[in-house]
Amino acid sequence: MQPAATRPIIIIDNVSKYFGAFQALKDVSLEVSLGERVVVCGPSGSGKSTLIRCVCQLERHESGTIIVNGVELDNTKKRVNSASAGVGMVFQQFNLFPHLTVLENLTLGPMRARQMSKADARDLAMRYLERVRIPEQAGKYPRQLSGGQQQRVAIARSLCMEPRIMLFDEPTSALDPEMINEVLEVMSELASSGMTMICVTHEMGFARRVADKMVFMDNGEIVEMAEPAKFFEAPESKRCQEFLEKILQH
Amino acid sequence: MRRYCNIREAEMRKAVVGLALVLLLSGCSATWGWYVVDPTKTTGMSNLRFLIDGLYYTILLSVTAILFSVVVGLLIALPGLSENRKLRAVNRIYVEIIRAIPILVLILWVYYGLPQVANISINVFWAGVLALALSDSAFEAEIFRAGIQSIDKGQYEASHSVSLTYTDTMRFVILPQAIRRILPALGNQLVYMLKMSSLVSVIGMQELTRKANELVVSEYRPLEIYSVLVLEYLALILCVSAMVRWFERRLQADERY
Ligand SMILES: Nc1ncnc2c1ncn2[C@@H]1O[C@H](COP(=O)(O)OP(=O)(O)O)[C@@H](O)[C@H]1O
Ligand SMILES: [Mg+2]
Repeated sequence: MQPAATRPIIIIDNVSKYFGAFQALKDVSLEVSLGERVVVCGPSGSGKSTLIRCVCQLERHESGTIIVNGVELDNTKKRVNSASAGVGMVFQQFNLFPHLTVLENLTLGPMRARQMSKADARDLAMRYLERVRIPEQAGKYPRQLSGGQQQRVAIARSLCMEPRIMLFDEPTSALDPEMINEVLEVMSELASSGMTMICVTHEMGFARRVADKMVFMDNGEIVEMAEPAKFFEAPESKRCQEFLEKILQH
Repeated sequence: MRRYCNIREAEMRKAVVGLALVLLLSGCSATWGWYVVDPTKTTGMSNLRFLIDGLYYTILLSVTAILFSVVVGLLIALPGLSENRKLRAVNRIYVEIIRAIPILVLILWVYYGLPQVANISINVFWAGVLALALSDSAFEAEIFRAGIQSIDKGQYEASHSVSLTYTDTMRFVILPQAIRRILPALGNQLVYMLKMSSLVSVIGMQELTRKANELVVSEYRPLEIYSVLVLEYLALILCVSAMVRWFERRLQADERY
């Protein structure tokens, strides 16, 4: 595993987030260095999605500071364009555009938001489709692909925006078991290419192999944060121990 | 869905044949005077031509009106989807007011009232288009709003994640999907519009109903002439319905959905 660079590219400082009266994030602080791979786990409803959705500005935080790529996400002003913040997002439900072909899914962002020509966007898209190993599906519609293939298209779609940071929100949770590995392989490859990543996932094998830092959340708080070796062998908090026991039984 | 359509189609066909039969049989009795629209007679034929001529304006009026009302409906639907309360209020007020005005009243007001208020002159055709489009736009707005709201919010989030602006998100992601879903409803509105266009006859538009009224005045054979009018609308609307269904089936066969 290569050592992570030390300059923080994401700074989350004392962030709180409310849904009405309900507090989904409680004074969360987390720094991610350039090239670092962070895996976030925790029980359902603990605020994992909310945390990364704040980073890509799908949610607004009420207090605290989030600085991404040197840009402070100031939620009182207009949303900072996520391309300028350089953040890509992969969703649990893929969220591909069903009326567009795989290729059109990939070229839409580059053509409209990055003003690339059709030919350039196409070349770029084909390059990333090869990288996720499905160039032969370029002309199909999402419905015609398997779940694993759809998720790989979604990853390629994000990569076409050439982000500096990739966020994954349980990318394999909606997949049949036999398709999980093809997606994890693509993610591992991306990790070894030096991409900065925050992955919300319960795939602990993947986490062990890839993570530089493990984060355990519960009840809107970061309860435990450690290197994988320490995290898995000797977690400090009781809640984290119990969670790991439950999840590693499977 | 398809089965349902076929059943409906078959029933419609039976109804048309039945109606035609009733009219023909009753034509045998002395009180009917089918000669006014008998295509084998010269006057009957020219009367029929006169009636069918109205088809041109009925179709032109309805299609023009629906094109306008779709565009206006969409423009009214969008603020209705905003998080901004004032924008949503604009949508609500427009829809509630327009929906409350009877079409006939709107036609009269646009033709006789609007020229005075706005100090413009307006001909019968454009007054008809304006009134029909205005009235229909409130319904189109509701259809669009429901259609757009039926699109998964993940589509907006994915659009945001590839940095699309609001306009691009609507244009390339949301509307293409929403329009596919609301096409059947838009087809219904077109049928409704074809029927409501008959009301524009009151301000003198030479469409189907007006033609029939004029012929009744000169020939004094209301029963026969209005029966032909009924058949004209029936034939027109059955054709349009068949077209709409054909289009729907093509969309269903589309491998994307
Ligand atoms: N849009 C929302 N409105 C209200 N409550 C929400 C919303 N999104 C998330 N929550 C709540 O916030 C908490 C954290 O949610 P989430 O971040 O999705 O959890 P996780 O991803 O860890 O399962 C949950 O209790 C959830 O019910
Ligand atoms: Mg979640």
